[in-house]
Amino acid sequence: MFKSEAASWFRIYEMFKFESFHMYGIIGSALVIGIIVVQSIKRFKIKSFYGENINFNSKTKSFSRYMFGGIIFGLGWALAGACPGPMFTLVGAGYVPILIVIATSIVGTFLYGLLKNKLPH
Amino acid sequence: MNFIYEPWPWYVSGPMIAFIMFLLLMVGKNFGMSANLRTMCTICGAGKKADFFKFDWKSQKWNLIVILGAVIGGFIGSQFLTVDMAVAINPETISDLNELGFNSAGKSYLPTELFEMESLRNLKTILVLGIGGLLVGFGARYAGGCTSGHAISGLSDLQIPSLIAVIGFFIGGLTMIHFIFPLIF
Repeated sequence: MFKSEAASWFRIYEMFKFESFHMYGIIGSALVIGIIVVQSIKRFKIKSFYGENINFNSKTKSFSRYMFGGIIFGLGWALAGACPGPMFTLVGAGYVPILIVIATSIVGTFLYGLLKNKLPH
Repeated sequence: MNFIYEPWPWYVSGPMIAFIMFLLLMVGKNFGMSANLRTMCTICGAGKKADFFKFDWKSQKWNLIVILGAVIGGFIGSQFLTVDMAVAINPETISDLNELGFNSAGKSYLPTELFEMESLRNLKTILVLGIGGLLVGFGARYAGGCTSGHAISGLSDLQIPSLIAVIGFFIGGLTMIHFIFPLIF
């Protein structure tokens, strides 16, 4: 994450400006290989290292929660320039202010838990 | 061996991300980072306030270890494997950012205007980071996943909900950068 610059605020900004292929290359190549991996596991019924079946949980069908939640997440992703994985990479890299982002993202998650039943899903 | 000190190209890190997902699937887990934020709420006692946080957080210990790995990876990557921290973004992006007041564009890893200790004296910096985090945490849980859970895991499984979520990520991100940034910076 750090070395590919996916944890860089600048790369996220550049991605949303469509001014570089870099981030699309990372997500796109991960996805192409990911599709091959997941579809192979399903087709060939590949077992886990422990010999168990690998289950894929289908997401519940809905439009509003994914669209509204997605938009809210996207606004935050672009503003803070970090998503829930890379923000921890940045802690290791020694950027102290990212702790504010982590702390408030935990608060945001908590607020969702409180408001869950009042939101359209 | 010098390539390791250079920024790693997309065709190295993208497949590595897919490999992480593969390894997690092969040990019977799934790849999703934002679930950890919920776990952290539970550890802090949020189960007393909302049923959403009532679950055995110890069952999610493995995912917290993934986070620990991300922290260690960030440390090793920045301390030992990087000579030049500057991120070589598109020169056009740099001039756009300069106009918005980000003079560190093209010279550092993160904008010093937001991520240097001294910037924390500025209330606006704290608000930008704080609100950004709040939206990320709230949105990720509302959408049921973040970049790893939807854009990588969900789309790999050809899930329509994940496609809707990823479209939402981009609507939000594009709105922020093209319409809201000019207003706040």
